[in-house]
Amino acid sequence: MHSFISTSPISPLFHHQFQSHTSLTGLPSSPSPFSLRFCGLRRELLQLPQLFHRVSSKNRTYVSAAASSAGNGSPPKTFDYDLVIIGAGVGGHGAALHAVEKGLKTAIIEGDVIGGTCVNRGCVPSKALLAVSGRMRELQDEHHMKALGLQVSGAGYNRQAVADHASNLASKIRNNLTNSLTALGVDILTGFGSILGPQKVKYGTDNVITAKDIIIATGSVPFVPKGIEVDGKTVVTSDHALKLEVVPEWIAIVGSGYIGLEFSDVYTALGSEVTFIEALDQLMPGFDPEISKLAQRVLINPRKIDYHTGVFANKITPARNGKPVIIELIDAKTKEPTETLEVDAALIATGRAPFTKGLGLENINVETQRGFVPVDERMRVIDANGNKVPHLYCIGDANGKLMLAHAASAQGISVVEQVSGKDHVLNHLSIPAACFTHPEISMVGLTEPQAKEKAKKERFKISIAKTSFKANTKALAENEGEGLAKLIYRPDTGEILGVHILGMHAADLIHEASNAMALGTRIQDIKFAVHAHPTLSEVLDELFKSAKVNVDVSKPVAV
Amino acid sequence: MSSSLLQSRVPPTLSFSSSIAGTKPQWRFTFSPAVTFTRRTKNSTIHAKIREIFMPALSSTMTEGKIVSWIKSEGDVLSKGESVVVVESDKADMDVETFYDGILAAIVVAEGESAPVGAPIGLLAETEAEIEEAKAKAAGAGSAPSTPAASAPPSPPPPAAAPVAAAPTPVATPVAADGSRKIVSTPYAKKLAKQHKVDISKLVGSGPFGRITPADVEAAAGITPAKSSAAPVMAAASAPVAAAAAPAKSAPTFAEIPGATIVPFTTMQAAVSKNMIESLSVPTFRVGYPIITDALDALYEKVKPKGVTMTALLAKAAAMALVQHPVVNASCKDGKSFTYNNSINIAVAVAINGGLITPVLQDADKLDLYLLSQKWKELVEKARSKQLQPHEYNSGTFTLSNLGMFGVDRFDAILPPGQGAIMAVGASKPTAVADKDGYFSVRSQMLVNVTADHRIVYGADLAAFLKTFAKIVQDPDSLTM
Repeated sequence: MHSFISTSPISPLFHHQFQSHTSLTGLPSSPSPFSLRFCGLRRELLQLPQLFHRVSSKNRTYVSAAASSAGNGSPPKTFDYDLVIIGAGVGGHGAALHAVEKGLKTAIIEGDVIGGTCVNRGCVPSKALLAVSGRMRELQDEHHMKALGLQVSGAGYNRQAVADHASNLASKIRNNLTNSLTALGVDILTGFGSILGPQKVKYGTDNVITAKDIIIATGSVPFVPKGIEVDGKTVVTSDHALKLEVVPEWIAIVGSGYIGLEFSDVYTALGSEVTFIEALDQLMPGFDPEISKLAQRVLINPRKIDYHTGVFANKITPARNGKPVIIELIDAKTKEPTETLEVDAALIATGRAPFTKGLGLENINVETQRGFVPVDERMRVIDANGNKVPHLYCIGDANGKLMLAHAASAQGISVVEQVSGKDHVLNHLSIPAACFTHPEISMVGLTEPQAKEKAKKERFKISIAKTSFKANTKALAENEGEGLAKLIYRPDTGEILGVHILGMHAADLIHEASNAMALGTRIQDIKFAVHAHPTLSEVLDELFKSAKVNVDVSKPVAV
Repeated sequence: MSSSLLQSRVPPTLSFSSSIAGTKPQWRFTFSPAVTFTRRTKNSTIHAKIREIFMPALSSTMTEGKIVSWIKSEGDVLSKGESVVVVESDKADMDVETFYDGILAAIVVAEGESAPVGAPIGLLAETEAEIEEAKAKAAGAGSAPSTPAASAPPSPPPPAAAPVAAAPTPVATPVAADGSRKIVSTPYAKKLAKQHKVDISKLVGSGPFGRITPADVEAAAGITPAKSSAAPVMAAASAPVAAAAAPAKSAPTFAEIPGATIVPFTTMQAAVSKNMIESLSVPTFRVGYPIITDALDALYEKVKPKGVTMTALLAKAAAMALVQHPVVNASCKDGKSFTYNNSINIAVAVAINGGLITPVLQDADKLDLYLLSQKWKELVEKARSKQLQPHEYNSGTFTLSNLGMFGVDRFDAILPPGQGAIMAVGASKPTAVADKDGYFSVRSQMLVNVTADHRIVYGADLAAFLKTFAKIVQDPDSLTM
């Protein structure tokens, strides 16, 4: 899966590249029939028949070396590239691959490393750590082992080897991404990119290029609230924590969202004790309340974790001069000091802030909102006057719509569809999200309170169906019966509004629901789909079957 | 898994409460959109003081439920509609809400335990003053639970006494003395303190920066830290346990043959069985040796009238050989070292009334043949009358087992735990033997076979020992010296 695909398709790609440079870029006649997806990323390769490019009359572009040095104010008439993407994270990568498939001459500008946050400092290395924590947790759970008839003694780990596993995985995936871009003929331009004017981008110190369309995909960085001093050793963000340079005895995690939750899973499995600090009144505020309640019972209470809710970490001082990390808490509402904690380390997991500084947005009269680039539902950038900036798009964490790697990629693909002439609006409600704790949590669509609010506003009824992993044969065989799947739907139409799962392999299970939502499949139809027995997928099967839809499926046709 | 969604439609969704103030409880079931399950008194003095929280029926098939966790602790103030406890049914976990305001006075059924549907699992007091009363009631309820005569199976007596008695009136002063002395304790330490009812404010922390660690709490609660001791114990015990587990587990799968009678082991047989299973953890090997016994037989005929037995002769010969090969007299106690024994104590296996015992000839190398024979007679007498003292049967350093008198020509002995080697002696029989010049003759020959612990005794050791032993037996005059 992660290995690079056979070399045979490479020759046409080189050919393609060559053609581009000789200003004979044409559109391949058909979209690539060969595509692969991995880790939420997309890699596509063209096949042999496309060796001979048809020179199409429309959309043909000619490279003009003089274009870049032409006057500043007016947009150039000819362009260096059809599409330039600023930022080679997962969003930019997904957009670039799709652009190549659509025959666009594409460049991607990266100021740091290919892969962005997800690959280098996010999803990818954290999954490596979580793979370790899941196994550790299982091996340490004598009761669980005994119930399976297994005897294991003295499970231990080597911190450096665990850390190496994470960094090796990151570099492997990074190489895969880089190779896939170069193999497809995407130009990787190194340096920070910024916008000089309409359809004009600068990268590095003084390289200027023009592009018909531009996508901003600069992503985000960990958000550190003020008053918190990050030293990278005892007070850290996820960027540092993923290197696993230490496993502190006691670590405070500020923020109990999915980042904090995943790290608590890693740290407690490796022997740390954890204290959560959450500003809202409930832990895991982003999840469906019922799921977060169950998650607290499964992922928090039985572990070496305690928590303070409804408090802000007003000031955090790193350990120094023989003193521990000191955290001053204040009440989230009254702002009165409540308590001071002394811990060995603190992880700041209070979310992520868009990375949009120095993008040159002022050159095109765009003002960020709390750092986010304002966009419409088609990811078109909106300027300070509320007008669309032509040929400028922003995807991913930088627009703040849905800060997930695969959402960025999906937005990028949506943009490419639009610039290649096909209108496309991404349905964000069908984008799943997952938290890779043990057991996992996943969700798609609305939470129950959100669905209720929507139902009230639009005057329809909602219903809820639930199934337990306790009733699933495969889950019981694995001795992992803890879990719940919950479906929020419209009983009058059978429309799926949201699905939430906590349980073994929840992150993999959610896709049946998210695909159904993306394709508009109704419950009354999907409930007839067959699931292999015994599999965990039957949890969803049972969930759909237990929903009560009042649609007369075989409506008599009027004659 | 709350019932909040149901709640939105009909507020009191799953509320279980009742009063035990009155005389005859009356039941009312309401199965309308939501499950309201209430028990009330006929008695109109409605200032019911102490109410029961009881095990709800969460599904039509549920007969008993398990308490997953108490969301509230004893002494917590509850308000109507709040989740109090999480109950696991045959299908799912559900939060159970209280239908009344009050104080959770006593938890009758602790976390992890089960109770039949309708059995009281906790008590709700209206005021603080009534908490003590509720506790007394809870303690009483333990012996005679007011279980309704429903279809519930006989309830396991709720272990009321333990948690209630141990609870040191937690309500009166909800630890407010926080500001004066700062207490830093780790999350797990706090959890343990709550679990073992240790007052964490009275502890002195031994962790970094004077913080209270889980170990401090465990020490205060009088628990030996489970983790640190568990690991080495596991490592040491796992081998015999693993060995023991195999036969123990397969036992139930044996086919039952009709008409078989089952006779339980006697204590001695049980001990043998245990030792035999333990022996499986020792890596043993065997070396056999043929020995010409014409000279020994001749000697035996000579000394027999003086009360000397063949057993004594063989024991003496073995002891004399062991003097020269101390490693065969050693044992391996921990898998890491040799334990060289100071004395040579020859244990001799004896069959006794369906049992097996090994009286020990202590210092067999030092006693002369006649004293040894004398000693042996005494031991056999004692063994028959079951009067052997422990040191007389468990102090062996080398074991001898002789089945020669039954005509057995060779056999294989199992090494008793704690010893380095055991010798199995077969019958001495006339055998055609070729000498080094190629001349055949018929000589009396016996086969001995030694089983040894290969962790300490290697093949060459055993071969050398056997060679010495054979030399002594074939030239047995030294035995009488």
